Amino acid sequence: MTTVGIVAASGYAGGELLRLLLAHPFVEVVQATSESNVGKFLQQVHPHLRGRTSLRFIPQDALQACDVLFLAQPHGEAQTRIERYAALAGTIIDLSADFRLRDPATHATVYGAHAAPDWLARFVYGLPEINRAALRESRYASGVGCNATATILALVAVVRTGLLNLNQPIIADIKVGSSEAGSKPSESSHHPARTGVVRPFQLTGHRHEAEVRQAFADCGSLDVRLAVTSVEMVRGVSAAVHVTLPAGLAEKDLWSAYRAAWSNEPFVRIVHDKTGIHRHPEPRLLAGTNYADVGWEYDAATGRAVLLCAIDNLGKGAAGSAVQCMNLMCGFEETAGLSFGGYYP
Amino acid sequence: MSESTCPECGGSVSIPANAMQNELLPCPDCGTELEIVRLNPPLLERAPEVEEDWGE
Repeated sequence: MTTVGIVAASGYAGGELLRLLLAHPFVEVVQATSESNVGKFLQQVHPHLRGRTSLRFIPQDALQACDVLFLAQPHGEAQTRIERYAALAGTIIDLSADFRLRDPATHATVYGAHAAPDWLARFVYGLPEINRAALRESRYASGVGCNATATILALVAVVRTGLLNLNQPIIADIKVGSSEAGSKPSESSHHPARTGVVRPFQLTGHRHEAEVRQAFADCGSLDVRLAVTSVEMVRGVSAAVHVTLPAGLAEKDLWSAYRAAWSNEPFVRIVHDKTGIHRHPEPRLLAGTNYADVGWEYDAATGRAVLLCAIDNLGKGAAGSAVQCMNLMCGFEETAGLSFGGYYP
Repeated sequence: MSESTCPECGGSVSIPANAMQNELLPCPDCGTELEIVRLNPPLLERAPEVEEDWGE
């Protein structure tokens, strides 16, 4: 078995990693750190793990060598200790934003000065749907921004097939759940203030815009803006990306573009139904899964289109993609440990 | 079992071996309700919408 450790495993992303990895057929979770929960059993922080492991949280100083190390710390921490982590494990997957942007200047602009800029180029951006070949060859993968992931996957089909003229503003209207804000409570997450909200959170200048631009850099420079609103949901991201496509396209043209992009992808499904009540991607159906559902709405008279993508922010938007990366990097079956298909209603 | 194409989305639709002409079936990709208007070779068209009876 491949041995796995998780640094900062007490957060929501860490808990989701543990849930996935404890059921993974080819790995054994041997250590999980949390400075504030040292000595506690994992289920004392993640109650859904009761009966599935007897591990207890350890401090980072007690980390032992293992095959794969997942880093689930807040942004800014992994970069300060990356040399130590690399000495402990041959394969590292960092879920934070520390190694997502390859260009040090861009990283500095978006997140501030980097403590280990030489390491940026060693990491591959951890979205298998756009970086599969590079991930297979890499020992280091970054995590993905959940809002960036939903926006990238919404755009891939029309960008890669040339349907989208990139010389236009691309506006991604994104609805997100409360778990995006992390496990640390704040005034804004206090239940009486958070429940029932439709709260514009960040309508301009979102940091994930840089990830989306980087993902399509080989196609040109994207003028992409993310506008994020918090809604009444615990898990989930729903992206509606507003663009203008050529007018007069037939439904079959869009189906053809989406099939070309996604037919061979194990975790991306096209949802564009003519009947029923679930005609478009919905995050509620994806809770706990690694799926991304994509679809569109298109007005042939004007070319106006809304490109849709729904994901679980903790799944495809964080831990699910990270495990998928590990599968590729370690030579496992890509879907191993990620077969949960969701529940309904 | 034979294959035909959805006139709405271009997706592949399997026609069961025991299918009958004028039988309805949904496209597995886009959910459009289709009518088998011909069996050999198979041809699918959008099924007519159910029209409201206004009691006239």
